[in-house]
Amino acid sequence: MTAAMAETKKILLAHGGGGQLADELIRKTILARLGEKRPEGLEDSAKINLSSKSICFTTDSYVVKPLFFNGGDIGKLAVCGTLNDLAVAGAIPVALSLSFIIETGLEIDILEKIIDSIAKTARQNNVHIVTGDTKTVDAGQADKIFINTAGIGIRLKTADLGFDKIKPGDKIILSGSIGDHGITILSERQDIKFQTTLKSDCAAVSGLTSKILTGTTGVRFMRDPTRGGLAATLNEICRQTGLDIEIKQSQIPVKPAVQAAADMLGFDVLEIANEGKFVAVVSPACAEKVLRICKKHPLGKKAKIIGQITGASDTPLVEMETIIGGRRIVQMPYGRELPRIC
Amino acid sequence: MLERIYKAQTIMANACKKLGRQINIMEVCGTHTVSIFRNGIRWTLPDGLNLLSGPGCPVCVTDQAYIDAILSLAQRDDCLIATYGDMIRVPGKGGSLETDAFKNNVRIVLSSEDALQLARDNKEKIVVFVAVGFETTAPATAVAVKEASKENIDNFCILCGHKLVVPAMETLLSGKNDKIDGFLCPGHVSTIIGYGAFENIAKQYRRPCVVAGFEPMQIIEGLAEICRQLAEGESSVKSVYTAAVCEKGNQKAQKIIKDCFDHAQGRWRGLGNIDKSTLKLKKQYSRFDAYIRFGIDPLAKSDESGCRCGDVLCGLIKPADCPLFAKDCTPTKPVGPCMVSSEGTCAAYYKYERRK
Ligand code: SF4
Repeated sequence: MTAAMAETKKILLAHGGGGQLADELIRKTILARLGEKRPEGLEDSAKINLSSKSICFTTDSYVVKPLFFNGGDIGKLAVCGTLNDLAVAGAIPVALSLSFIIETGLEIDILEKIIDSIAKTARQNNVHIVTGDTKTVDAGQADKIFINTAGIGIRLKTADLGFDKIKPGDKIILSGSIGDHGITILSERQDIKFQTTLKSDCAAVSGLTSKILTGTTGVRFMRDPTRGGLAATLNEICRQTGLDIEIKQSQIPVKPAVQAAADMLGFDVLEIANEGKFVAVVSPACAEKVLRICKKHPLGKKAKIIGQITGASDTPLVEMETIIGGRRIVQMPYGRELPRIC
Repeated sequence: MLERIYKAQTIMANACKKLGRQINIMEVCGTHTVSIFRNGIRWTLPDGLNLLSGPGCPVCVTDQAYIDAILSLAQRDDCLIATYGDMIRVPGKGGSLETDAFKNNVRIVLSSEDALQLARDNKEKIVVFVAVGFETTAPATAVAVKEASKENIDNFCILCGHKLVVPAMETLLSGKNDKIDGFLCPGHVSTIIGYGAFENIAKQYRRPCVVAGFEPMQIIEGLAEICRQLAEGESSVKSVYTAAVCEKGNQKAQKIIKDCFDHAQGRWRGLGNIDKSTLKLKKQYSRFDAYIRFGIDPLAKSDESGCRCGDVLCGLIKPADCPLFAKDCTPTKPVGPCMVSSEGTCAAYYKYERRK
């Protein structure tokens, strides 16, 4: 650590200014920790040679409070989230960009921890961070740190996915338990007691989705049920296809601690965000095979067929048979769910 | 589980047959309403059993004048409104707390303690805590007021809208809606007030009162117990709540409420003025009373709007009977509180049952 860094343990406005402090922050704190080899040095754009013409490109921004939570942190989330967007589009991730907007006053230690986490997650998932940017803003203009990542992936030849491929009779597979991420964040924010048993599912599913897409042919569509949870994903499918969906609550895995915390806060787990799960709509013929592939993978052990696409209708709906044998509609979440009063 | 459901269903069906008429059971609490819809419980009930949603959603029962009073305070730059999230979208005069004109002076808090902290941190403002809820949230408000008093946090006050469950139930039975045959009583309120609090309703009004938790099985078994009592001409207070509910409730919490509040006449949406149905800060805490501080009349009458929430929460009509339901009034564009609150009956119907 240089003398300048030792004196300034916190992010200053000058760290984003393009001068000496900024240069040091980028070289010593960010690049060194990311461990990326960069033959072309610090250029404004990365040059990438891709082996295919069919690529997927996505971007997402990450804001989360708290920055560190059981099961992950904003850095891991920023990598996994973008990898998952590529994964469900049927791509194998190749390269990521990484941009920070940092609030003045953020401790450099915290930034270092986040970068270490980004580096580790990228390494684990065989993806390179090839370009990036850092900006600093005055205190109060951002909440500690915001991260944006964009990602490029090569689309698997076997992946022919889209809403238009979905047909009545198709099965809906969910890769694992729902609600883990959102409920962990909500309960850490509200300091409720279940905390110790709650853990975010934050993970990159690209390893598993590529296995499925290379191992079978009947996958029609995939989506990661993040914000708005399973309810939003299913309603999106329903709206885009004009087809009804029926799911069975008894088949949807929910951890007891997640359910308990959701009940206490007044949330419906179907509407809670996930960060390491996907929903796949598959042909009836390949459903069992997809399930088998899932179950062999650590991120798909709890995978289940949770329902099916039923038929066309003027007012397409997602309906759920509840555990007690009742029925209800699953609607598109309104947006911001607020914890109830009592 | 299926066996238990089947058993409960048989009891309910037999009761309907024996009485030879529709049985109307009111679930008093908004959390019950949500659980009933979320779990599709109405689907599993016999045709003759009709569930009515009662005045148990804290947001819905607040009178329009109360909402308008908050909005008028939110317009003052010397005030900071601290409110539970549920309240911010309730429409009133000039918009809601979410509207641009008000929102700079509004903060969402998760507890009364957070509101008090807001007052400590914003000495230049008067922090007004929107104190709503039943006996479950009142103790926390009381604790905050006591703390404010001890620390002399004079820029803190509460607009007390805390209400009591039992007087509302009695008002319903004494005229508003006497077709109610029995009550499914809220578990969490009962842990505070004790199931003994419903004794009068069972004895004097001869309506079964069964306390249940919010899990679907408990709700179904609670409904079955009410039906059993009706079939056998009984009316008593029972609890199928597995968590700790005792006859006397949580006396410590009751004492905290008593130390801080008196019972007073209060205004309810749909039910009008009810004697001894709301909590009012005791004289010694009157400096924290926003009604006094700002000269607001807690019993002020409000203007009529087209919203029929009052009738909905008395169980007189179903949301679909309101001409605005799902047309002019939806969760994104709510006209009344029953469509705003996550526990509101109209919101629940819209969300879980609307097929078109
Ligand atoms: S539908 Fe809207 S306007 Fe009608 S009673 Fe319900 S909340 Fe009020």
